[in-house]
Amino acid sequence: MAFLVTADRASRKTVIMRMLIGVLVVLIFLLPYLTMLIGSIKTQAEILSIPPDYLPREGAQWSNYASMWATPETPVPYNLISTIVISVFATLLVLLVATPAAYYTARFKFPGKMVFMFLVIVTQMLQPAVLTAGLFKQMLAWDLHDTWLAMILINAAFNLAFAVWIMHSFFAGVPRSIDEAAQIDGAGKLRVLFTINLPLVWPGIVTAVIFTFVSCWNEFAASLVILSTAENQPLSVALTKFVGQYSTAWQYVFGVSIVAIVPVIILFALIEKRLIGGLAAGAVK
Amino acid sequence: MSTSLQVTPAPAKRRKRGNDSQSLLSSVPWIGPALLLILAMVVYPAGYMIYNSTRKISSVGTDLHSVGLDNFVTVFQDPALPRIMINTVVWVLSVVVITVLLSLALAQFLNKPFPGRTFVRMAVIVPWAASVVMTTTVFYYGLDPNYGIFNKFFIDIGLMDEGFGWTKNAVPAMLVSIVVAIFVSIPFTTYTLLAGMQAIPEETLEAARVDGAGKWKTYIFVILPQLRSALAVAALINIINVFNNLPILKVMTGSIPGNSADTLMTYIFKVLQFDRRLDISSALSVVNFAIVVVIVAIYVKSVKPMQEV
Repeated sequence: MAFLVTADRASRKTVIMRMLIGVLVVLIFLLPYLTMLIGSIKTQAEILSIPPDYLPREGAQWSNYASMWATPETPVPYNLISTIVISVFATLLVLLVATPAAYYTARFKFPGKMVFMFLVIVTQMLQPAVLTAGLFKQMLAWDLHDTWLAMILINAAFNLAFAVWIMHSFFAGVPRSIDEAAQIDGAGKLRVLFTINLPLVWPGIVTAVIFTFVSCWNEFAASLVILSTAENQPLSVALTKFVGQYSTAWQYVFGVSIVAIVPVIILFALIEKRLIGGLAAGAVK
Repeated sequence: MSTSLQVTPAPAKRRKRGNDSQSLLSSVPWIGPALLLILAMVVYPAGYMIYNSTRKISSVGTDLHSVGLDNFVTVFQDPALPRIMINTVVWVLSVVVITVLLSLALAQFLNKPFPGRTFVRMAVIVPWAASVVMTTTVFYYGLDPNYGIFNKFFIDIGLMDEGFGWTKNAVPAMLVSIVVAIFVSIPFTTYTLLAGMQAIPEETLEAARVDGAGKWKTYIFVILPQLRSALAVAALINIINVFNNLPILKVMTGSIPGNSADTLMTYIFKVLQFDRRLDISSALSVVNFAIVVVIVAIYVKSVKPMQEV
C-alpha cells in the first residue's frame, strides 16, 4: 500500500492512526452541517416529532427547497437578494479603495503613513458590533437608516483593513526593481500598478475579495439594528425570526442555511492554502 | 489613465534611498478613499457614540439635551451589571482558553503528513466560512428537550435518560453557548497556529532530534517558544471576537427572560433594540469600547504588527 508512505517516514500503523483521527475530526466539524442537510429534507411533522428520527421517514423532501421561498416568517427571496447586493457592492468598494492604498503603502514613504497603517490595524481589530450604537444613530442622522447603502458602507469599512493588509504584503513581495524599470521607461504609477503589479499579486487580490465577501455575507450585528424592514434584511438576520417560535419550520431554516452556506464554503476552500500564508503575516482576524 | 499621477523617476543617485518618498499631497488619491471610509464609518461613529453617551435621547432617536455623565451613573448602578460582567468574564476566558488548547492539538495533528490531510483541513474551515447564526441555529434545534436530535443522541448512547432543555435556563444555556463558540473559534485559531508551526525552520527540529530530545521535550522547549507570536495573535484576536460576539448568545439564550445569561454585548443590543434606550446603550458601548481599546493596545504592543509595515 504505497499511499501509506508519508513524508516523515512514519510507520504504517502511525499513518493509519492519523487517518482514523482525521475521519473523526471531519465528522465533528461537519456534524452540524450534516444535521442541517438532513433536517432540510424532512417534513414539518417529522422535524417536530417527539421523539425525533435521525433520518427522514417519509423519504427525502427535496421539495422543501422549492417551498422554503414562501414562508410567513420572512420574505426569503428578498433576504437573499439583500445579502447578495450588500456583499457584492461592499466587496467591490473594498477592492476599489483598498488596492491603491495597499500598493501605495507597500511601495512609497509619505508623511502620515504610520498613522494610516495604525488606523488600518486598529480597524482590523474592531467589528461593527463594537460601534453599532454609534452607527445606528449616525445612520438615523444621515438619513441612511434601513438602507442597503448603510450596510454596504459599514461592511466595506470594517473589511477594508484586512484587504489592505493582505494586499500590502503581496505588493511588498514584488521586487521594487521591476517597478523602477517600468518607471524609467516612462510608465506612470497607475500604469505600473495595473500592468505590472496586478498580474503578479492576483492571488492576494482573490484572497482579499473572497475573505471580504464571506465576511459581508455573514454580517449580523449591525444589520440587525440598522435594517428594520423585513425585505431589506440579509439572511443571517432573517433566519433568527424562526428561533423561539411555537412550532418552528426548521426544515426551511436549514434549507435556506444550506443554500447560504455552500457557496461560501466553496469560496473559502479556494483560498485555504493562502489563509495559512496570510495568517503567518498576522493578517486575518 | 490620469496623467496627473505621473511621476518623474528620481535621479539615479537618489535611487538608493528616498526615491520612494512622496509628498502628502501626491498620496491623497491613493490613500484618500480608504482613509475617508475608515474615518466616516469607524472613527466618526466611535466619537459620535461617546458624544451620545452624554446625551438624553428619546426612544425615536431625537437628541434632547446633555446629561453629563448621568448615563454612566445609570449604567454602573444597574443591578443587572455585576452578573453581566461575571458572565462576560466566564464567557471570554472559558471559550478562549479551551479554544487555544484544542487548536494547539489540532494544528499539531494537521501539520503531520497523512493521506487525506487536505480534505480534513477543508472540513475544519467549514465553521469559519459558515454563518455563525446558522451554525448556532442547528445547535439550538438539536438541543431542544423534545424534538432535538442531539438530545436524542445523548439518550441513545446512554448519557441521559430523557431530553434536557439545554437552552431553557441561563446556566446550561451559557454552557452550550460556550461549546458552540469554541466550535466556531477553532478553525481560525488552528489555522493561525498551523501557520506558526509551518514557519518553524526544519533545521531547528532536526537539531533537537540530533540532540536526542524526546517528543514532549521538543514540543515544550523548541516548538512552543517558536509559536509565541502565533499564540499571541490567536489569543488576542479570539478575546476580541468572543468578547464582541452577539449571534451565538442571541440565538441560544435570547428567549430566556431577564439578564441572567447576558454578556456586555448581548445586553447592549437588548437595551438598544428592546428598551430603545440609545443613550444608555451608547454608554454601555463606550464601556465595552474602552475594554476593546485596552485589548487592541496589548495587541499592538505585544504582536508589534507595525514592524511589518
